[in-house]
Amino acid sequence: MQHSNKYIFIYSVVMVVVIAVSLTIVAVMLKPFQDDNIRIEKMQNILASVNVPIVEIPKKQVPAVYAKFIKSAIGVNNSGEVTERDPAKVFAIEMSNELKKPAAKQILPVFISVLNTGDSIFVVPLRGKGLWGPVWGYISFKNDFNTVYGVIFDHKGETPGLGAEINQDWFMKPFKGKQIFNAEGTLVSITVVKGGAKPDDLHGVDAISGGTITSKGVQKMLFDNLTNYEAYFKKHMQK
Amino acid sequence: MSDPNIVKDREPLFSTKILKLLKNPFNLENPITVQVLGICSALAVTVQLKPAIVMALSVTIVTAFSNLIISALRNTIPSRIRIIVQLAVVAALVIIVDQLLKAFVYDVSKKLSVFVGLIITNCILMGRLEAFAMGNKPWPSFVDGIGNGLGYGLILVIVAFVRELLGSGKFFGIPVIPKIFYQWGYMDNGLMILPPMALITIGIIIWVQRSRTRELQEK
Repeated sequence: MQHSNKYIFIYSVVMVVVIAVSLTIVAVMLKPFQDDNIRIEKMQNILASVNVPIVEIPKKQVPAVYAKFIKSAIGVNNSGEVTERDPAKVFAIEMSNELKKPAAKQILPVFISVLNTGDSIFVVPLRGKGLWGPVWGYISFKNDFNTVYGVIFDHKGETPGLGAEINQDWFMKPFKGKQIFNAEGTLVSITVVKGGAKPDDLHGVDAISGGTITSKGVQKMLFDNLTNYEAYFKKHMQK
Repeated sequence: MSDPNIVKDREPLFSTKILKLLKNPFNLENPITVQVLGICSALAVTVQLKPAIVMALSVTIVTAFSNLIISALRNTIPSRIRIIVQLAVVAALVIIVDQLLKAFVYDVSKKLSVFVGLIITNCILMGRLEAFAMGNKPWPSFVDGIGNGLGYGLILVIVAFVRELLGSGKFFGIPVIPKIFYQWGYMDNGLMILPPMALITIGIIIWVQRSRTRELQEK
């Protein structure tokens, strides 16, 4: 059946409007559930970066465990001064939004965890670019602000089996114990070494073969984000 | 062709014809092994059973409802823009499914990542819409969609079962290979986790299916 142009035009307009309205309704209705998932995931990530075994914690108990391990959270600026002391506000900071602001205006979160041994661990968020989309994570430091205590990385849609491996244990584990400052006290961060890092390399880990761009993205993310914190770290490591 | 005992338009809900629509995609008209459609996602999401099952259900829901909607609208859809209309309906359904997964099975939705969105481009969908829903009534189309979704899902689940068992020694994420096997020198086959082995597994399924089904053998 041949329809007139007018019919086709009206048909497509009505169709688009109906679809748009129904999608909007669905999106608005499901938003609270999705936000909750994202909040819990953020807590899980922060806990994972201080080596809490998150797989064993049921989802509903995550907020309680988080409260137990993460004692406080502060926001610092890139000259190392504390600018935000309300943990709830610090938790709500989205790094993706924050990094768009001019460097001096950014509030950089630092989550402080106290271990059973009484030692403090400092967690900072990371955000960067992979091959297909954003990569992010958290890295935690011992109280020398130099030695890595733990890391967690994740990604939006890196290639499965290649770049997507950044959230796997084999990639993340070697970061533990690495140092971000060299002997002269310069920030060298941690580099991702193609072909494998030497066992005694204090500042390098193995790259992912076939996932070069994602590996480089992780390396750049670490360097860029840690540079923002450099002033804060240096201020406190001398104490 | 029509059975004289059955008044037209008053076909029972599950007549043999309808049941055939449901059964055929499992064997004779399987979307993956016979029509070789939807291979991309079959390779990508079959490392573990759980994502494979969620993916299978998502595809089934989308095929069923897009078939239903397109079939209900089939007489109003202008033929010159029918592909766009089909695509818009499919895309809307996929987005809804994606949003639901994000809200209720967040971890699985993360594992499936882009592949839920890619259901839009899954050839099974457009294939069924063009070949079936545009020319049939809503109820048979709906059943046809469910049949094809489940036929696709069946292969996904078989492949995922084999890959999870041999690749990581697990069943639904629970280790099932006894520890003693590992002490005797058994090792999980890392190759099973990589996409090529999914293709080989599907190849083996096709081989078994063809050798057992006469209708599928070429002369």
